[in-house]
Amino acid sequence: MSKPLTAWIEGIGFLAPGLPDWPTARAVMRGDQAYENAPSVLPAPTILPPAERRRASRVVKLTLALGLEAAAHAGTEVAQLATVFSASGADGHNCHALCEQLAGEDRQISPTRFHNSVHNAAAGYWGIATGSMAPCQVICAYDASFGAGLLDALGQVVLDRQTTLLIAYDSEYPEPLFAKRPVPDVAGVGLLLTPERTERSLAQLTVTPSTDNAATLSEPALENLRTAIPALRALPLLRKLALGEGGDVCLDYLPPMQLSITIQPC
Amino acid sequence: MTPLLLSAYTATTCLGRGLDATRSALREGRTGLAPCAFETVRLDTWVGEALAVDAEILPTALAQYDCRNNRLTQMGLQTDGFADCVREAIARYGRARVGVFLGTSTAGILQTELAYRHRDPATGALPDNFHYRTTHNSFSLAEFTRDYFRLEGMAMAISTACSSSAKVFAAAARQLELGTIDAAIVGGVDTLCLTTLYGFASLQLTSTQPCRPYDAERNGISIGEGAAFALLERTHQPASGSVLLLGTGESSDAYHMSSPHPEGLGAKLAMEAALRSAGLNTADIDYINLHGTSTPANDAAEGKAVAALFGNRVPCSSTKGATGHTLGAAGAVEAVICALTLTDGFLPGSPGTQNLDPAIPINYLKQGKPGTVRHALTNSFGFGGSNCSLILGVAS
Repeated sequence: MSKPLTAWIEGIGFLAPGLPDWPTARAVMRGDQAYENAPSVLPAPTILPPAERRRASRVVKLTLALGLEAAAHAGTEVAQLATVFSASGADGHNCHALCEQLAGEDRQISPTRFHNSVHNAAAGYWGIATGSMAPCQVICAYDASFGAGLLDALGQVVLDRQTTLLIAYDSEYPEPLFAKRPVPDVAGVGLLLTPERTERSLAQLTVTPSTDNAATLSEPALENLRTAIPALRALPLLRKLALGEGGDVCLDYLPPMQLSITIQPC
Repeated sequence: MTPLLLSAYTATTCLGRGLDATRSALREGRTGLAPCAFETVRLDTWVGEALAVDAEILPTALAQYDCRNNRLTQMGLQTDGFADCVREAIARYGRARVGVFLGTSTAGILQTELAYRHRDPATGALPDNFHYRTTHNSFSLAEFTRDYFRLEGMAMAISTACSSSAKVFAAAARQLELGTIDAAIVGGVDTLCLTTLYGFASLQLTSTQPCRPYDAERNGISIGEGAAFALLERTHQPASGSVLLLGTGESSDAYHMSSPHPEGLGAKLAMEAALRSAGLNTADIDYINLHGTSTPANDAAEGKAVAALFGNRVPCSSTKGATGHTLGAAGAVEAVICALTLTDGFLPGSPGTQNLDPAIPINYLKQGKPGTVRHALTNSFGFGGSNCSLILGVAS
């Protein structure tokens, strides 16, 4: 009774250290442009009203950038989109501030800090910014978060026949949590997935479980990003998409389970 | 959706450990709430603390997972024969074919709160015996459960605040329908911690009294803790009397981070989606377990949505006056309570609720009563405007 876990990619969003957007990442992975290491650059979230824009945290700016880039790439309206957010952690700076205050004498924490502490804070701001009342999923699977998000997003696409935006992202903790969880910077990927092929489709992807080793990237800087930031476990898939290549690629998921992805460019 | 069998289920909260304790407390209209004496917390509020959580000892091989949240996770798994049923499912289907889908809002963040009191005075470093991945991280309870059963397949935590462990039923149902797995451990675990106790107090959302859902004088929540699990499987001919997941519905408010849509629009969308998913009409629902947190805004908004869809026909209650608000565990706790209403023929009341809010025109049960329930709906809504409704039924 198995149904293939398949969807078409219509749009890609990307942001990582030295790679501010998908066109840059694509050019670097195609070898058209050299990788230059630099801190991640977060665009101003112009979709938010000015007051919220000023208060927006790094994860909120990150997820808006990823999701809006993927939707714009596909030419899709965001106001109706179902979304799947997947992240290995929540807002690290906010978490640190709360834990520091709760360890002290004055435990009267700020209500805004508290509501921003939930794992689905970025998803909540996305809903407020876009007005989408469609289902919104928020997942965590530590280092396996990209794969977990992809599996759930494909489930919604295949069964509910609904265009779904996957936003897999991570952000850094400040010290002292950084020493325990050294994610170096904000980064992530947005994939707009549709149940049918359209004239905007970039490629079809089909996911099957595997126990192979994950594909790696030959460029050491990119391979470092793949292993240092959980959402960027998607990089071997993105490299194939950048090159317009078909075939199979294996991504790290949850040992011993890996995800083999068959790509067919459109 | 194709109905799925709940082949085992269990719940542990301040009402007690397991189904019998939960059942008798609900029948007696008893609350498990008590004035807050948790850890070093100094707040004038009531909480639903589960008993003997910190006496639970994890297996040596899983010692890195040790924290209050995983202790309660293990307690839950080892109740009502649940772990044995999981092991039987693993024997039937294989280690890679049983998935783990667990909801939580704060996982083991208490461990980090405690570690911050023991930072190195010179460097500020956290203690060596603090393990972020296996305690604090939102995935820790799912990874613990996966390792506890030595599973090798898919696992995820869903963390959408107070709708988390309702949404796990929807996510697991998708994978079962796709055939990527043959069984799913679904559920939720959340435990008391300073972040939520002081956090809800900062929003002035905690009551100084036991919470009073849908009361005219309601003024806030009582935070609880809990672990609830179900084992979901596909079924062709379910035995008469077995409990089924019939429908799931998810939506977003797109309104505010910590206040519900005032008209209950997102809540209404979630209930409508669940009815569509189950192929049922409003007339088919015999009992609604409300989200009913006892904040003025939640109960007013949810009440409007329920009244708009169901009028005042369907008996409804929130069981948070009994269990407290178990946050990320609430969806699963209340799904299990719905399973009990289906099998026991008893509709739970609402301890603490005295005078119903006359502005909310629904059929709210202050007292429990016998009644036949064929289909029960349960609502869970969370911060960030995350809504999920589930419909459970009983096989004829």
